[in-house]
Amino acid sequence: MYRAHVLVCGGTGCTSSGSAKIIESLHEELKKNDLTKEVAVVKTGCHGLCAEGPVMVIYPEAVFYSRVTVEDIPEIVSEHLLKGRIVKRLVYREAVSDEGIESLNDTVFYKKQTRIALRNCGVINPESIDEYIGTGGYEALGKVLTTMSPDDVIQTITDSGLRGRGGAGFPTGLKWKFASGNRGNVQKYVCCNADEGDPGAFMDRSVLEGDPHVVLEAMAIAGYAIGASQGYIYVRAEYPIAVERLKIAIGQAREYGLLGKDIFGSGFDFDIDLRLGAGAFVCGEETALMTSIEGNRGEPRPRPPFPAVKGLFGCPTILNNVETWANIPRIILNGPEWFASMGTEKSKGTKVFALGGKINNTGLVEIPMGTTLRTIVEEIGGGIPNGKKFKAAQTGGPSGGCIPAEHFDIPIDYDNLISIGSMMGSGGLIVMDEDTCMVDIAKFFLQFTVDESCGKCTPCRVGTKRMLEILEKITDGRGTVEDIDKLEELCYYIKENAQCGLGQTAPNPVLSTLRYFRDEYMEHVVNKRCPAGVCKKLVTYKIDPDMCKGCTLCARNCPVNAITGEPKVPHKIKLDQCIKCGTCIENCRFGAIYIE
Amino acid sequence: MKSLEELKAIREKMQGQVGVRSADATDTRVVVGMATCGIASGARPVLNTLVNEVNEKKVENVTVTQTGCIGLCQYEPIVEVFEPGQEKITYVKVNPEKAKEIVEKHLIKGQRIEEYMLKKDADAKNYADFVKFDDK
Repeated sequence: MYRAHVLVCGGTGCTSSGSAKIIESLHEELKKNDLTKEVAVVKTGCHGLCAEGPVMVIYPEAVFYSRVTVEDIPEIVSEHLLKGRIVKRLVYREAVSDEGIESLNDTVFYKKQTRIALRNCGVINPESIDEYIGTGGYEALGKVLTTMSPDDVIQTITDSGLRGRGGAGFPTGLKWKFASGNRGNVQKYVCCNADEGDPGAFMDRSVLEGDPHVVLEAMAIAGYAIGASQGYIYVRAEYPIAVERLKIAIGQAREYGLLGKDIFGSGFDFDIDLRLGAGAFVCGEETALMTSIEGNRGEPRPRPPFPAVKGLFGCPTILNNVETWANIPRIILNGPEWFASMGTEKSKGTKVFALGGKINNTGLVEIPMGTTLRTIVEEIGGGIPNGKKFKAAQTGGPSGGCIPAEHFDIPIDYDNLISIGSMMGSGGLIVMDEDTCMVDIAKFFLQFTVDESCGKCTPCRVGTKRMLEILEKITDGRGTVEDIDKLEELCYYIKENAQCGLGQTAPNPVLSTLRYFRDEYMEHVVNKRCPAGVCKKLVTYKIDPDMCKGCTLCARNCPVNAITGEPKVPHKIKLDQCIKCGTCIENCRFGAIYIE
Repeated sequence: MKSLEELKAIREKMQGQVGVRSADATDTRVVVGMATCGIASGARPVLNTLVNEVNEKKVENVTVTQTGCIGLCQYEPIVEVFEPGQEKITYVKVNPEKAKEIVEKHLIKGQRIEEYMLKKDADAKNYADFVKFDDK
């Protein structure tokens, strides 16, 4: 029996900031102090505060240490674990107040969150099925198989109001119902979409890394509900930690008989296999994903027939996203009323967001539906660095749109986001400040879609390419007002005519920036100016002679020797040589260099 | 896994482990002084005994934790029991046997063990005042 538990984050974020070495060092120091039998070291999934990584929580005191280095470990072991004195200088700054150390759950970052899909992330060892069972794992599966009929299960999910967390928000219970006919007479499949591809989104990865068993349990529940005996998890090969932990989890579940034949003696058989995606964005689209599992080139196929009727290998199939699956066992155990009591009228429960961009607390948060963007950005996210002003937030990645400051107080749910021209998407939330050029952002996302278009249908393959060319023309200062109109027309054409979700939603970033920031587009084409100072061809770097002290620092750091001047005399930039890299601004100590 | 009982057995076995990882304010906290003075006078076996006993006897809603020097070094090992809404109880000169008794009587049955407790005078406002009294 261990008296203390040290939980070290082993998610991708903290692993890249060195948590593996910290675990190693912890084991060494514990051994030196003869504490190995008293203190347990547990490698967990993501705690959410990736910006503060590597992070570590020590229980029973629930002290949250952030930005821990290997050099700090001897002090933590000898002070905290041996003598019980909390190492205050390493405690997450938000948890330190005048009254002492606050509990983790009282910090602003965690206080406003409700963790359902992420409940085990950062709490259990994802490579131990026993720890998952210790927190109530596989009880929902047991309950379903021993006390509920398949129709009861579907009814429960329908009543909960759960909608697909992958982005489109289709009611999950309804999807299962469509695939539930003719149980026992036809082959059916249950699939998990773990091909998370939106730039900036990493919530599915975190669930798989931190709590892989919850996905297995939920898929088995769905298998029972629709009458399927086989499941597939389609996961990106670029998520090696997630793949590894899924493999371990599947092995453990089979060993315990929680996957396989006659689970809980109920006569129900279910097994799951992994399929690795090769990194094509389009494979996150449901029909392309199934085509890829079948062993073919990942291209979408027309719907209808919908997968619930004719999906994987031509059989009825349900496909849900990782985060959707992570909600299922809790709904079964706590009841649909419990889930439906959270959120807004048409969007129940919680949503996980991956916060990124210009925000202090980069990381993963789970909030009840209906929370405002302001709460997410200013409170949980800790605001915008360097005192800059909020300009917009991008949700839904390349399929979504931006939410401008005027909608800062809108309660976030599926329908509200669509009404303002964005979408929930899988939950990437990229915050942009006043230094961001909206035309440039639209170009960035379109570049992504052009790269990732599979090429099967013309509107997407050729249309997005033409859109990108127009955007490049605008950011290069060659654009005209007619180009903006042409761009908009093309957007609607592609939206209506592309074959799959990728193409149909590809124009969204352009449409929403046009809707809210049309004046910025106009500024680019009429005055040939980029107001945010981002589009290189439209800006010039200048030195203010009154501010310049002639320290020569800029001239010495300029990579192309475009700055001339004598010491103690104001310098000048040779505009024909300047490559607008910004090195001079970074180096100037007097704020004398500006962009015009 | 052929039955729910098997699952329940694993859950119960693991609950003591995973249950530590919650910071519930309604818990009774048992705190052991583990500064140099405490360790020197034998606080570690006391701490480990408390942890094991609480787990073995399945005492619920109790967190055993440690703290630094409480300031009464001559009374170490010291065990403090904080129950929600109640005054703190301080046990002094605890050893593993006394620790077992504390779990059995105080934590499970709710009976304080007066003879192990630090005597408190009605006028005493802080620990410095306690030191004057009864060194038994």
